[in-house]
Amino acid sequence: MLDPVLSSPFFGLFLTAACWCLAVLLQKKTGLLVCNPVLTASALIIAVLTVFQIPLERYSAGGDLIKLMLSPATAVLALNIYQQRAVLKRHFFPVLAGCLAGSAASIGCVLLLCRLFRTGDAFTASMLPKSVTTAIALGISESGGGIQGLTAAAVVITGVEGAILAPWFAKVFRITDPAAEGVAIGSCSHAVGTSKAMELGSLQGAMSSIAICVCGIFTSVLALFF
Amino acid sequence: MAEKGLSVGRMGNFQTGPDNRGCRLGEEFFDSFEVFHLHIIQELALIFGVCLAGELAVSLLPVPFPASVAAMVLLMVLLLSGAVKQRQIQNVSQFLTANMGLFFVPSLVGALEHAETLKACLLPFLAVTLLVTPAVYLAAGWSVQLLMRLLRGKEGEKHA
Repeated sequence: MLDPVLSSPFFGLFLTAACWCLAVLLQKKTGLLVCNPVLTASALIIAVLTVFQIPLERYSAGGDLIKLMLSPATAVLALNIYQQRAVLKRHFFPVLAGCLAGSAASIGCVLLLCRLFRTGDAFTASMLPKSVTTAIALGISESGGGIQGLTAAAVVITGVEGAILAPWFAKVFRITDPAAEGVAIGSCSHAVGTSKAMELGSLQGAMSSIAICVCGIFTSVLALFF
Repeated sequence: MAEKGLSVGRMGNFQTGPDNRGCRLGEEFFDSFEVFHLHIIQELALIFGVCLAGELAVSLLPVPFPASVAAMVLLMVLLLSGAVKQRQIQNVSQFLTANMGLFFVPSLVGALEHAETLKACLLPFLAVTLLVTPAVYLAAGWSVQLLMRLLRGKEGEKHA
């Protein structure tokens, strides 16, 4: 009786949607930053799959349909950027420089830490693009001989970390300008961070979206040298 | 009646005489209801079309490049040139942007597949993943803020 349930794409669809609702509710009720819905929803789903020993493919049948929406969701960020184009024009050069600095810092720090831990080349190649959006990161990782699964995990965890800690980072590092905040979030935590940036403000969201794009390009180019 | 975002014409044309205000209001409600829902589909057609164009563009490039970013750039061009108006993608865009977190959940769950690989290098993995992020935030944020202040200072000097 369970098989028709598990083999249906609706299993993944229902599980994801339901866990997302619970996760959002949890964050609203607790108000805790750590209760980021992306994190808690994923944890809930992983828990369900592990406890009931459901193979990942059963979930992916429905999960892949939701993952499909990442592409249009990324594409429509253009609308937000478009709405903020006046600000972008005003601060074009600083934004560009910020993205370059962020990309360089990302690659530099990854290389440094990997050397410290004496990890293999494959590991390093997997972690190098962790600050850019999944699609670009996977491409860079592949060209560098990295392990796709590691890269994917690193990218999403980085994104969620950025989304959760962004307000705290802003306080500690004294980033007061919303445009700077946006670029910073987008550079370190790409699209997941952008969804948080949108909450902070339309300008932050727009700058963050731009940062995803520009950092993606800069990292792609810089990674070629390492 | 100026209708924002309703670009499809009225469907049906029934009238019931001079004093048909109630009927007309009902008709307008029905029409706008219908039109709104068709409009969502129109928005989807546009957005999916842009995504498809992104895939095409990327397939023609010699280097691997994400289709979603290509689609973003393409949509930007279309908006700037005026070929696509804001209201033509407003509703679906707002929905997608507001719920973006949801779309990342399957990817994070998918990391489960690589639990074994992760376990082998958990410490360096966590260290690199978690420590680099604030460094990048710092570098990017400070650069932007610093340069903005410098440029603002220069502008101030010019006017002085």
